[in-house]
Amino acid sequence: MWRQWIPFWQPGLSPHSGDVDLLFAGLLIASALVLGLLFLLLTLFCVRYRADNQADRDDRVAKSWHWEVGWTAASFVCFLGLFVWGASVYFQIYKTPADEHDVFVVAKQWMWKTQHPGGQSEIDALHIPVKRSVRLVMASQDVIHSFFIPALRLKHDVVPGRYQDLEIEVDRPGHYHLFCAEYCGTDHAGMIGEIVAMEPADFSNWLTQQAPSSPLADEGGVLFRELGCSGCHGNGSKVRAPPLEGLYGKPVPLSDGTSVIADDKYIRDSILLPRSQVVASYQPLMPSFAGKISEDQLLRLVIYIKSLAGHPS
Amino acid sequence: MSDKNYLTTDYTLKSWFLTTDHKRIAILYFASLIFFFFIGGAAATAIRIELATPQADLVSSDVYNRLFTMHGIIMVWFFLIPSIPNTLGNFIVPLMIGARDLAFPRLNLMSWYIFMLGGCTTLFAIVAGGVDTGWTFYTPFSTLYSNSYVIVAAAGVFIAGFSSILTGLNFIVTIHRLRAPGLTWYRLPLFLWSLYATSVILVLATPVLAITLLLIATERFFGVGIFDPGIGGDPLLFQHLFWFYSHPAVYIMILPGMGVINELISCYSRKQVFGYKFVAWASLAIAAIGFLVWGHHMFVSGQSLIASLVFSFMSFIVAVPSAIKVFNWTATLHKGSIHFDAPMLYALAFIGLFTIGGLTGLFLACLAFDVHATDTYFVVAHFHYIMVGGMVTAYFGGLHYWWPKITGRLYSEYWARTAAVLIFFGFNLTFFPQFILGAEGMPRRYHVYPPEFQVWNVLSSGGAAILAVAYLMPLFYLGYSAFFGRRATANPWNAPGLEWQTSSPPPEFNFTTQPVVTRAPYQYNEDFQAEPQNA
Repeated sequence: MWRQWIPFWQPGLSPHSGDVDLLFAGLLIASALVLGLLFLLLTLFCVRYRADNQADRDDRVAKSWHWEVGWTAASFVCFLGLFVWGASVYFQIYKTPADEHDVFVVAKQWMWKTQHPGGQSEIDALHIPVKRSVRLVMASQDVIHSFFIPALRLKHDVVPGRYQDLEIEVDRPGHYHLFCAEYCGTDHAGMIGEIVAMEPADFSNWLTQQAPSSPLADEGGVLFRELGCSGCHGNGSKVRAPPLEGLYGKPVPLSDGTSVIADDKYIRDSILLPRSQVVASYQPLMPSFAGKISEDQLLRLVIYIKSLAGHPS
Repeated sequence: MSDKNYLTTDYTLKSWFLTTDHKRIAILYFASLIFFFFIGGAAATAIRIELATPQADLVSSDVYNRLFTMHGIIMVWFFLIPSIPNTLGNFIVPLMIGARDLAFPRLNLMSWYIFMLGGCTTLFAIVAGGVDTGWTFYTPFSTLYSNSYVIVAAAGVFIAGFSSILTGLNFIVTIHRLRAPGLTWYRLPLFLWSLYATSVILVLATPVLAITLLLIATERFFGVGIFDPGIGGDPLLFQHLFWFYSHPAVYIMILPGMGVINELISCYSRKQVFGYKFVAWASLAIAAIGFLVWGHHMFVSGQSLIASLVFSFMSFIVAVPSAIKVFNWTATLHKGSIHFDAPMLYALAFIGLFTIGGLTGLFLACLAFDVHATDTYFVVAHFHYIMVGGMVTAYFGGLHYWWPKITGRLYSEYWARTAAVLIFFGFNLTFFPQFILGAEGMPRRYHVYPPEFQVWNVLSSGGAAILAVAYLMPLFYLGYSAFFGRRATANPWNAPGLEWQTSSPPPEFNFTTQPVVTRAPYQYNEDFQAEPQNA
């Protein structure tokens, strides 16, 4: 019973969160040592050198700068150690995710909309299999939100105008809080959902039960034709535009001599800001779609173009 | 020579509102700041009452958002930043350096009027309907999505910024030009070193805030794409600009507090501050390095990992001079003759609370832990330990210490000590549970929350009730003493600083004869071993 009342610390539920917990423990111990020493000295001095106490106060102003150099150096070395430790775990947390199982997250005032590649979409919930790394591709429709799962010690801002990649992995099945951590307006506190981690078999069942209308890539294909993209980028088009088959994940030579890997961000930018990165030997003819399509539609287009990766160009 | 002091030279309203006497202007600031402190405090109280239960029983989400925004804006810009520099600093700086006034007395009065104009503008925004952006004004929410009085509130802050810059300039010139004969830099009281460092930050950082607020207005009014990605802007640009001001602003808030603590610790242990030069230069080091750490507010924003690495490193480095100060204060007590008067209780509380605030700052500077803790109550607890536990505690300590000089009266030592202990207790009960809440993952700026967080929230709200009472107490016993307290002598604490070498309260132009300084500060060794008057 008391554990429900004092739920002080639940262990993290992923390999990374274990590292963060260890780091937290390290920070707590280091702080406790410093605080303990400080409070001990303060108490000691306050008792021993209180005004009405006859203590030895000879050489009261004699001082040596060795002390200051000593504690300056000690603080510096201690801080350096904590810095290196924290940084190394940080780089693991935010390492570029593997492209295994993608989930697309659109944040908007005030809900989380998540979509699996098969088209299963959820509001304020995300079902994932345990012990498998899942890559989230996150975008915001309006203001800055922040995707925060305390149980995983993981958080990333979702900034409008760009995709954020984040890798998550959960060790144990269960329901975990998903919060919006960046203040986003009226219903900020209501922008919470849950992460449902399931055994892989249960997860497959869940995916099939959700009976999607159509996979996201198919919906993207429909949009691709509706928005007129196929007029230039489709086969047999008269306008000379870069072919999109087999494009995803490959380096693209640009007209300024550099090259860029065709990832989600590149495709997104090419749709919204087509003249910023023009493919070598093509004319900058494409109009911008900024303001004309929503984040949801953009995601579907990106997924559609990604689905063409397997096709030969 | 008449026996008139600065309070009794003239009694008309005009003599107060057109005064150029730095002491009277300090009183004007003091009265305005008490007003703002209680507005901000009332908002805080409403927030804590709402958070006592997981549901929204007291206020709606929109009202709550306006409450915490108002609490933040008022407390940061209209209390914390001006508190010590503009009240205690304004009063004490010329006295401490043996000058007749600040370098630009009329500019000083103008600063107060500008400050009040800014304050009234912001109050208008609040009365007219409030602001719901949070004190950080994050874009694109503030520029495109908020239907509240963003521009009016930002204009208030913008105007108040000029007051900061002018006060900073005034202090810098005063400390450079108006020191008494013999008062070399290394004979300067450490309070002045820290105010000097503060002023440098005020002058250099505040314009960046002004530019940022202007850019918000430009985007809101003219739809120019600066921060909104939909029209070609960058939301993170705002955060970079905002924190380039606002992180140094944290040092604007804490450095003067540290300065006050030097005076208190030294006086009540009857001993000079240990390692004077280290403490003096630590102030300037904090001011300088403080400009290079703003990115630690953005570790999860999507800035480059390398940028995060550099900002994390700099954040650890800026903690070193703060650590030096804490160790030096502790070493000052060694072989001292310690009196536990009310200001000393505040100073000791400051050391403890500031150290906890500083250490948890390292938790947040530590990259991987920050990912979990940022934007949770851990951050809220951390900066309240620095700003309220540190800055406000130091302010109350300094206020008690210089009270006899300001009013010529002594306060009730019994009530002052009681209030100091209550503040310490109430503060810890309010904010320590918030570290635990944050570590467990409760996000900040939530007015409803999952029920498992309730226990710690109830403790915190209970502490806030004690804290509210404790902060009200000085209003009564200090107010009483200002009119009916025992008369103070010129030097009730028997301290060697120049400000104690003139009568209490001081005459209009501070000193009847120009003081000459012949020794280092804090020389409690020869003539100043006697007991403080109040003890």
